[in-house]
Amino acid sequence: MTTLQRKPENPIAHLTPEDIEAIGRELDALRDEIVASRGERDARYIRRVISTQRRLELASRAVLLVSIFPPAWLLGTAGLSVAKILENMEIGHNVMHGQWDWMRDPKIHSTTWEWDNASPSEQWKHSHNELHHTYTNVIGKDNDLGYGIMRVDEQQRWSPIHLGQPLWNFVNACFFEYGIAAYDLELGKNLKTKKRRQSPQFKERLKQVRRKIGKQLLKDYGVHPALSALTGSWLTTIAANATANLVRNLWTHSVIMCGHFPEGVETFERTSIEGETRGEWYLRQMLGSANIDGNRAMHIMTGNLSYQIEHHLFPDLPSNRYQEIAPQIRDLFQRYGLSYTSGSLPRQVGSAWYKVFRLSLPNRGEAKALADGPRPVSGRKVKATRWQRPVTETPVTATEPVAAPVAVNS
Amino acid sequence: MAVTHTLRSGAWRVVELLTTPVVPADYLDVIAPLRNASVLRARIEAVRPETRDAVTLVLRPGRNFRRPEPGQYIRIGVDVDGVRLWRAYSVTSAPGRLSVTVNAVKDGVVSNYLIRHARRGMLVHLDQPAGDFTLPAARPAKVLFVTAGSGITPVMGILRSALHELDDVVLVHSAREREAVVFGDELRTLAAAGRIRFVERHTATAGRIAPPELATLVPDLAERHTWACGPNEMLDDLGAHFAEAGITQLHVERFRPTVIATGDGGKVTFGRTGTVVDADGSTPLLEAGEAAGVLMPSGCRMGICFSCVLPMTEGAVRDLRDGSITTAVEGDNVLVQTCISAAAGNCHLDH
Repeated sequence: MTTLQRKPENPIAHLTPEDIEAIGRELDALRDEIVASRGERDARYIRRVISTQRRLELASRAVLLVSIFPPAWLLGTAGLSVAKILENMEIGHNVMHGQWDWMRDPKIHSTTWEWDNASPSEQWKHSHNELHHTYTNVIGKDNDLGYGIMRVDEQQRWSPIHLGQPLWNFVNACFFEYGIAAYDLELGKNLKTKKRRQSPQFKERLKQVRRKIGKQLLKDYGVHPALSALTGSWLTTIAANATANLVRNLWTHSVIMCGHFPEGVETFERTSIEGETRGEWYLRQMLGSANIDGNRAMHIMTGNLSYQIEHHLFPDLPSNRYQEIAPQIRDLFQRYGLSYTSGSLPRQVGSAWYKVFRLSLPNRGEAKALADGPRPVSGRKVKATRWQRPVTETPVTATEPVAAPVAVNS
Repeated sequence: MAVTHTLRSGAWRVVELLTTPVVPADYLDVIAPLRNASVLRARIEAVRPETRDAVTLVLRPGRNFRRPEPGQYIRIGVDVDGVRLWRAYSVTSAPGRLSVTVNAVKDGVVSNYLIRHARRGMLVHLDQPAGDFTLPAARPAKVLFVTAGSGITPVMGILRSALHELDDVVLVHSAREREAVVFGDELRTLAAAGRIRFVERHTATAGRIAPPELATLVPDLAERHTWACGPNEMLDDLGAHFAEAGITQLHVERFRPTVIATGDGGKVTFGRTGTVVDADGSTPLLEAGEAAGVLMPSGCRMGICFSCVLPMTEGAVRDLRDGSITTAVEGDNVLVQTCISAAAGNCHLDH
């Protein structure tokens, strides 16, 4: 796609700044409703998911102790794959977002959770919660757009290295947890200059990652197989754990690609978020995310990231509530004439992959003309007020700079 | 011994490697929560009504719980509508058992929840026993307890555990009416058997005991070691009266009422850096801290990334997005998002 600001037909041109703030107010009200109704039912939900995940993992690892028998191998590997996916998606990702912090349980808290993944949760929280969720789909600000190794938007500059991106994407999918670790380390940026390579902060983070990966590898390919060696199952246990990690990597990669890469998702110019208001931030989240249709089991296995739009609007609300508010969000889109991007898993995965292939080649035709056009300017030099709720009436403060017309609407 | 110890800790290291990135105890929790020594918990074994608005919870604590001294309290963490809230309750049981007695506090979220919903089998979180409302090792010859309302609870713990070591005990207890006296029957039985002298005052009909009146009720007041527990007002009066009379042997236990000023703004103290800031009610704690030169963790600055959360050990903050108030009382460790929370009273942050 081309950034929304460069499109010949801007999908939000019909919205006035007042409309955008009204959307913001409506979403804030919905947020308040969910916050007020969070309670025992939700707490029971996450505890049940965690308990199920741990039992499943224990049982699967136990079965794998005799993985020399093929049925045990199949059962254990399948169970462990599901357990790892649950841990990463519905539990880890969401707990680290602070979705369950309100329970005040130190064991299920964003500041204490460590997930079954190569990237230390501390680094993930910075690159994901902070950068990606604040600057969602803003070219040059949101590294999730192609993870720094791919070109997923016409606006991103093409270079011959992108010819190979379908292959990079596949390799990244297979080793996704390491891809995430490298991404969180901002390797591309930090390895570039000697100064960055040798900065104590970078070295410290590198050490954290090495330590974490070391422990993870030792667990899956050292200690557990060693236990299985008693029944002669050490090689089969290694194979099982490698398979479970691969399945988890492929699954999480697919789900995450579906969040922002499918056709219909909008991207934004860097200048468009200058002085961004809360209403505008909400609108960007609405247009910058895509959902996946499916049944309950699918939603849980994606960590409810199948409700990517709802998640991006309210990243810190309990994931089990996204399904409940989805109809209201859809209705909001409809009332304001916006398109709610959603599709089945195969369709969205296909759409994302198609883009990876398509943009491995340089821009052509209309896309090229649009991308090469002049950069839209905002002219708004005020501080962003994303955390401030839209006021109910027009502010009459003389000292505050009056916000220029909304840039994303120009 | 040394060898077995090394072997055991080595084996434990291996178990830890098996469960990384979480700890073995996290798996143990799924199967046997009371076996987990790193998180103190207790199972409620029985719930006994005492009066119309007081219940005794008999608890079976998990591993690593220290035996309380008579008169001490324990903090209990209860999940009320999904949110873990901690309150302190005096231990009322004799040694070898563990029970606390919960008295309804007006609008008290936890006390009323426990009185209505506590059931046998329920799990609660525990903290180790604390408090210095205890008898000295050399037991005093003459003892006076002055209590009112729920203030009887730590004294009951003392009487049940140490009465056999005390020769001369007077208990002056005030309650609204006869039916409201917690442990009334047990105390009256002790009095009838001559074990204690029990002065029971029903304030609904006879009014409160003014400190000067205490000297008439207990003529040898000055010779006694006094332990007092009850409403702050009573304790303040008593303290003043004792000071005036020159009696120093007074031990006081306050059930601090959790009144927190929820006005706009307040003094924000950053405990570790020692910085104190006067923050107004609309400035996020994050900005207040930064303006004062405190190195604050921060991230999105809009309340979504949770990079900026800090533990609040005391105080009240207001969520700038929806006006909701979060409070912490001494002993708490409530994590607050500093980028969207402003002071709503004086707060203490552990940072």
